[in-house]
Amino acid sequence: MAVKILAVDDSASMRQMVSFTLKGAGYDVEEAADGQQALTKAKSGKFNLVISDVNMPVMDGIALIKELRALADYKFTPILMLTTESTSDKKQEGKSAGATGWIVKPFNPDQLLATVKKVVG
Amino acid sequence: MTIDMTQFLQTFYEESFEGLDIMESELLNLDVGAADAETINTIFRAAHSIKGGSGTFGLSAVAEYTHVMETLLDEMRDGRRQVTQEGVDVLLRSVDVLRSMLTALRDGDELDGQGISDSQKELDTLLASGAGATIQETISETANQSDNDSVTEWQITFRPHKNMLKTGNDTVRMLRELCSLGDAKIQANLESLPLLTELDPEESHLGWIIDLSGEVTESQIKEIFEWVDDECDLKIVPLKPDSVEEVSIQDAPQPEVIDSQDRRTATDRRTGDRRKATTESASIRVSIDKVDELINTVGELVITQSMLGQFGEAEDFTPEHIEKLRDGLGQLERYTRELQESVMRIRMLPISFVFQRFPRLVHDLSGKLEKKIELRMSGEGTELDKTVMEKIGDPLVHLVRNSIDHGIEMPAMRAASGKSETGVVHLNAYHQGGNIVIEITDDGAGLNREKILNKAIKNGLVSANEQLTNEQIDDLVFSPGLSTADQVSDISGRGVGMDVVRKNIRSLGGTVEVKSSPGKGSTFSIRLPLTLAILDGQLVTVGKETYIVPLVSIVESIQVKQENVNRISGRGEVYKLRDDYIPIVRLYHLFGIKPRSEVLNNGLLVVVEAEGHKIALYVDDLQGQQQVVIKSLETNFKKVEGLSGATILGDGTVALILDISGLVTLTKTAGVPDLTVIDGGIVAA
Repeated sequence: MAVKILAVDDSASMRQMVSFTLKGAGYDVEEAADGQQALTKAKSGKFNLVISDVNMPVMDGIALIKELRALADYKFTPILMLTTESTSDKKQEGKSAGATGWIVKPFNPDQLLATVKKVVG
Repeated sequence: MTIDMTQFLQTFYEESFEGLDIMESELLNLDVGAADAETINTIFRAAHSIKGGSGTFGLSAVAEYTHVMETLLDEMRDGRRQVTQEGVDVLLRSVDVLRSMLTALRDGDELDGQGISDSQKELDTLLASGAGATIQETISETANQSDNDSVTEWQITFRPHKNMLKTGNDTVRMLRELCSLGDAKIQANLESLPLLTELDPEESHLGWIIDLSGEVTESQIKEIFEWVDDECDLKIVPLKPDSVEEVSIQDAPQPEVIDSQDRRTATDRRTGDRRKATTESASIRVSIDKVDELINTVGELVITQSMLGQFGEAEDFTPEHIEKLRDGLGQLERYTRELQESVMRIRMLPISFVFQRFPRLVHDLSGKLEKKIELRMSGEGTELDKTVMEKIGDPLVHLVRNSIDHGIEMPAMRAASGKSETGVVHLNAYHQGGNIVIEITDDGAGLNREKILNKAIKNGLVSANEQLTNEQIDDLVFSPGLSTADQVSDISGRGVGMDVVRKNIRSLGGTVEVKSSPGKGSTFSIRLPLTLAILDGQLVTVGKETYIVPLVSIVESIQVKQENVNRISGRGEVYKLRDDYIPIVRLYHLFGIKPRSEVLNNGLLVVVEAEGHKIALYVDDLQGQQQVVIKSLETNFKKVEGLSGATILGDGTVALILDISGLVTLTKTAGVPDLTVIDGGIVAA
């Protein structure tokens, strides 16, 4: 069964890029535009990996990670944050919320794939 | 795997321009001194997204520029920096710069290096003036990595803390990665493994000692454990140190800096570019509600179709069936109409898309002119077609500028005439019939009729002894070459006049008029069709052909009274209708077809009006009125003078749609004299 990935970002172009890259590598990708949408999608189907932006309207990435970790299905699921170098304190905040790791923006498709491969094999 | 990043650029530009609009309006909303945290956060997010996207999609100049904005906003967000009026103004200007950068990049134009570096300096100054982190800090942070202490054998002692698994990190993954670096010997440390009965399977209990040999650097190993840095005890010890070299950090990557010298050539085209940006975007955002509605209607259509389908399969067709068939067809008609309406609604956007640029405009203008102005808006939710919306932006901007520049008086003058010092400009929109009405009202001085009339007389627009009503005088402001400003100011009265505004609105099939009362203010009303794709048409027949006359341009249709037809030598025929003499245009002649009758008495005259002129179209007969879908002649055939498009009628035939303003122009210039020769006898065919 294909690996299912949930890509969360409020920026449509980033979402497109992430989703296009991952789909090209054979992953099954669904998109969400904010934490709330992502949470709803996550509850309705099991994802093997969640990649989420931090700064988003409605529900931000940190809150999303906390919510996901509280769900039995996502207790151990890898969750990667998309961060920028200027928000290094956000990494720590994300980690304590339960994030597995991070991908630093800007990144190119190869970096994205390499990181994803690391966590989902 | 190589991926063409340019495919995402279109989306990136679109969302960035949206982001900039949001930043602009939120910055204007920002209460200096008591800034709302969520507002700052919204502005920050927009800047943050633009920065992230531009970095990813290779627009390094934009990323670099946005970085400072983002840092400023981040400080404001965290309360490390006061929100000052100066800060807001600088940010507003940087929004403009960013918009022009993105526009230039999108259109492949040169960047305005001077403007960018000036604005960057302004941002840097502001950044340096307050507390908080500077950019240098983050640059050194990323640059500070030495990577060359190559060793051939390492011993790694790794003991995850109990809760490491709960962040989704998996020891197996890390061990697997270590194995991929070189030859690894892995040993588990079972010391702290509890009894099976006491073991919590969700915690980690094992420790690991890994001997790794190969060409591996310490940082490669560290990278594997980067995410769990604080969730484990990690020791990396070199076993057989190689020659450890001292490495200089000097050639660490430097972020690209815009070279202001190189790009100084581009001129400042900010304002023009900005306008372009708001008018050209190929995609459209549709609310889920509208799509759901569409799907719903399609569902109903499918049901109706299957219901009607049953009749085709019925063995024998009874009168009962006819009743049901009629019901089904009625439903079909209803759902088709609903479908049409829903599809049209997809193209409809709220007028707020245009209105949202005015707070900024008013903010800037009132500062520049030293007038106090309050902008009120109502009916922002009123929807109209996207194409119409794109084209109405500029005329509206002109009218609002005009109200502020010419309408609203200086505070002192207002106070002297007993008004509040703050002038009010009110934008209002509402639907009326099949039209949208947009009103721009100001409580200023009103039009100066004396001045307008004098100027019009001077320019030869009216003769000195002509008696004009107030409304007629007011209407003169839309005449070419009539700017009432004493001096051509920076704000309005620059080339584009009110005549262009009227022309643009007319080209959309709309009208604009002004009502003014001296000392109390003026109201400009624009009336536009909701859509350009569908038109209410009057079907007329000429010979065997059917033509469509746009219902909005029809004044009346009359039967010809012989005594009212006059011939003017060299000017064709005119019809005397009450006090007007209206040129007659014989459509059959114009289009070269054979009419049912050439005798005017046997047909009808349809009096139409465009651009303030009336003409009478001679047709054989009037048919019904109906909504028609406009198909472009230009894209499917070529532009034909006097025709604005074509449509397909219920019976499958093509009917041409008359371009009334085109016909009026034709009558005024050439066409008519010809008629007199051919139609030698007006009544005797």
